[in-house]
Amino acid sequence: MNLPVIFFFVIAFVWSVFVFLEGFDFGVGMLTRILGRSDGERRMMLRAIGPNWDANEVWLLTGGILIFSAFPTWYAAAFPSAYIPLLLLVFALIIRALAIEYRSKRPDHRWTQAWDNANLVAGFTLPFLVGVFWAGMVHGIPIDADGRFVGDSLWSHISVYSVLGGLALVAYSLAHGAVFLSLKVSGPLLERVTMTARGMSLITLALMSVFAVWTWLAYADDAIGATMAVLTVLAFAIVVMAVYARRWLLAFWGNALGALSFMVSIFAALYPNVLPSTIDDGFTLTIAEAAASSYALTVLTIVAVIGIPGVIAYQSWSFWVFRKRLTKDTVDAGHY
Amino acid sequence: MGDSLLVDLSRLQFAFTTLFHFLFVPLTLGLAPWVAILDTMHYRTGDERYARLVRFFGSLLLINFAIGVASGIIQEFQFGMNWSVFSRFVGDIFGAPLAMEGLFAFFIESTFLGLWLFGRGRLPRRLHLATIWLFVLGTWLSAYFILSANSFMQNPVGFAIDPVTGDANLTDLGAVLFQPLTIVAWLHTIVGGVLAATVFVFGVAAYHLKRRQHVEVMRKAFRMAMITGIAAGALQFVVGDVLGVIMVDKQPMKMAAAEAVWETTGPCAPLGLVAVPDQEARDNSLFIGVPCMLSIVATNSLDGEVTGMNELQEQYEEQFGPGDYTPNVWIAFYSFRAMMGFGLLGAIWMVFAWWKTRRGRLPTSKLFWSISIWIIAAPWLGNLFGWIFTENGRQPWVVYGLLKTEDAVSDLSVGLVAVSLAGFVILYAIIGVIEFVLMRRYAIRGPMDPDEPMPGEPPRVESSAGAP
Repeated sequence: MNLPVIFFFVIAFVWSVFVFLEGFDFGVGMLTRILGRSDGERRMMLRAIGPNWDANEVWLLTGGILIFSAFPTWYAAAFPSAYIPLLLLVFALIIRALAIEYRSKRPDHRWTQAWDNANLVAGFTLPFLVGVFWAGMVHGIPIDADGRFVGDSLWSHISVYSVLGGLALVAYSLAHGAVFLSLKVSGPLLERVTMTARGMSLITLALMSVFAVWTWLAYADDAIGATMAVLTVLAFAIVVMAVYARRWLLAFWGNALGALSFMVSIFAALYPNVLPSTIDDGFTLTIAEAAASSYALTVLTIVAVIGIPGVIAYQSWSFWVFRKRLTKDTVDAGHY
Repeated sequence: MGDSLLVDLSRLQFAFTTLFHFLFVPLTLGLAPWVAILDTMHYRTGDERYARLVRFFGSLLLINFAIGVASGIIQEFQFGMNWSVFSRFVGDIFGAPLAMEGLFAFFIESTFLGLWLFGRGRLPRRLHLATIWLFVLGTWLSAYFILSANSFMQNPVGFAIDPVTGDANLTDLGAVLFQPLTIVAWLHTIVGGVLAATVFVFGVAAYHLKRRQHVEVMRKAFRMAMITGIAAGALQFVVGDVLGVIMVDKQPMKMAAAEAVWETTGPCAPLGLVAVPDQEARDNSLFIGVPCMLSIVATNSLDGEVTGMNELQEQYEEQFGPGDYTPNVWIAFYSFRAMMGFGLLGAIWMVFAWWKTRRGRLPTSKLFWSISIWIIAAPWLGNLFGWIFTENGRQPWVVYGLLKTEDAVSDLSVGLVAVSLAGFVILYAIIGVIEFVLMRRYAIRGPMDPDEPMPGEPPRVESSAGAP
């Protein structure tokens, strides 16, 4: 194995962690508005992600930065090609951050309601666009022999396949958010959350299965592609069974496995390329062509080897500090 | 070579989004250590006044930090979306500092801010205090890494041009991370942040002192801010001067433009106060200056000479081929003066305020307090003009001497960039107003009742038995 290939899968891992961690943040963002019947319930749901959502978001930024760092040519072709999806993604990230941080800054019903609506829209938009972005990448974009994007950036990432990928991630986020809340909240809200987890985990299993089989047959027709498809279906099937057995922690980790399978199957479908060209197969950008210099990659490897385990360590500690189930009293006293 | 309207719109979008982001960055850089110090003082002394100040300025810091982070996200995307030629060119170099910023700074600041906010009462008090200091560390490191990338654009070091692709490849990480320009530019930014934050605290305290409310705590904040602010102002004077000396060496064109010096001067060159530069004629239509001052400021001697833009233009034409290598002189000259003037105005006013409030006096003049409130705007303007100056002065280059701005843009349709720019203007206008209203509201409300719990703290009534 060489450094570019290793780094290709490091990036797959970082994006998997992002989908795993932000998945429930996006889901909670939507469910706050959908399931919360009182201000107290809504604050409890936001409080569940309160200490960690901001750090979870950094996995997305890091995922983007590492593409820029390790594969500048890939970054320079893929990002302009997805101009509109990425622009809307950034808008949604901005709105989501303020919706969480500013909603409880004024005890005014219209104010909180407006932010909760904004969070609902952003919570839907974000996983949808992430799915569209990656599935669109698997499908390929118009790049020339020099690896430069030459198409129309309005539609280059939009196809039935990429929209399906987006919807699968939205369903997954709702299911994952509901599972996460089943571990965190208490009171009458808990029953509603668990019912949502049941429905959404079934829908997620259905959408993810179709997407996985499509990816396998259309873009990764080999043993690895088949394995990844089976793994994805298996992971989300485990989630469904765990949810119905009310084994929430198992369901939570099942979603982790699902997030990992989803992202890795996309990267496996791309491998040994980073970006297929829809103009000519010969123009397809390979891992080797897109990679940064070996000196730069060595530096990045050292940074990643120190940085990623370190981040996982202190972020896990933070989750452990805030592991307790929330009650009405802790929420009333807290920030938000 | 791109369409010039496309280049202009792409530049406008980058400038707009980055300057908007920089409305919030300096306050975070300065207010974070301020809150950390107050929290430490509370831990050390147990004085309840510090706790009230932590609560008060902590909530202002959070409102500001939220929008600062939110508006910063676009930069990681925009390099690729709008400046893909630039991204390919510098990707190999930018990779290391940006990855370090993500993994060594962003994660630290976000994780430990969460722990500080929600961990009070859950974490041991000492550990809880450490989390706010780690947050400060994260914000300061983040500034360092991004400035090392920016310094590469101002003065490329530690690279070699790839003979096949023509892009820059990293050859010496140490040179990129630790070139003197990076270190001094970082100090300049941090001190600018501290200055902005101290003037902010000073102004907010002045609002309450003018109304003679919360006098006991606000007097403390006012005094602490004044002393720190005056020190920061003095320090900034020195750091700015050092940065100027580096710039004269690395980017003589920028500094000649800053002084509107077209022809190389003789000894005893005048320092311009007013200039009307004529970019076409490559001369000034009007120039009023203080005799000999430029020689003293730029070279530390009376008979020092300053190289003019016309001579530099000839040098560059010889070096890089035909083209215009002169930045917009009007912007350079006046943004440079605005940066220094507004930047130091706050510190100068604080010296005056220090005299007026010596030995615990509280002036009765309404005008004194009003100016002390409105002076909050000065460092903001100073910081913004500083960025306008340095980025305008780098033109026509995006990476100095290596890649021109006009060659660096993504080949997008003009309409698309116009739409995204309009989107940013609308969105930022809305969230900017919301942020301002919230900040104002919380600043005016003043410190909460001492019985109210800290953010994340269980209610006092229940926890009184086990209070630390």
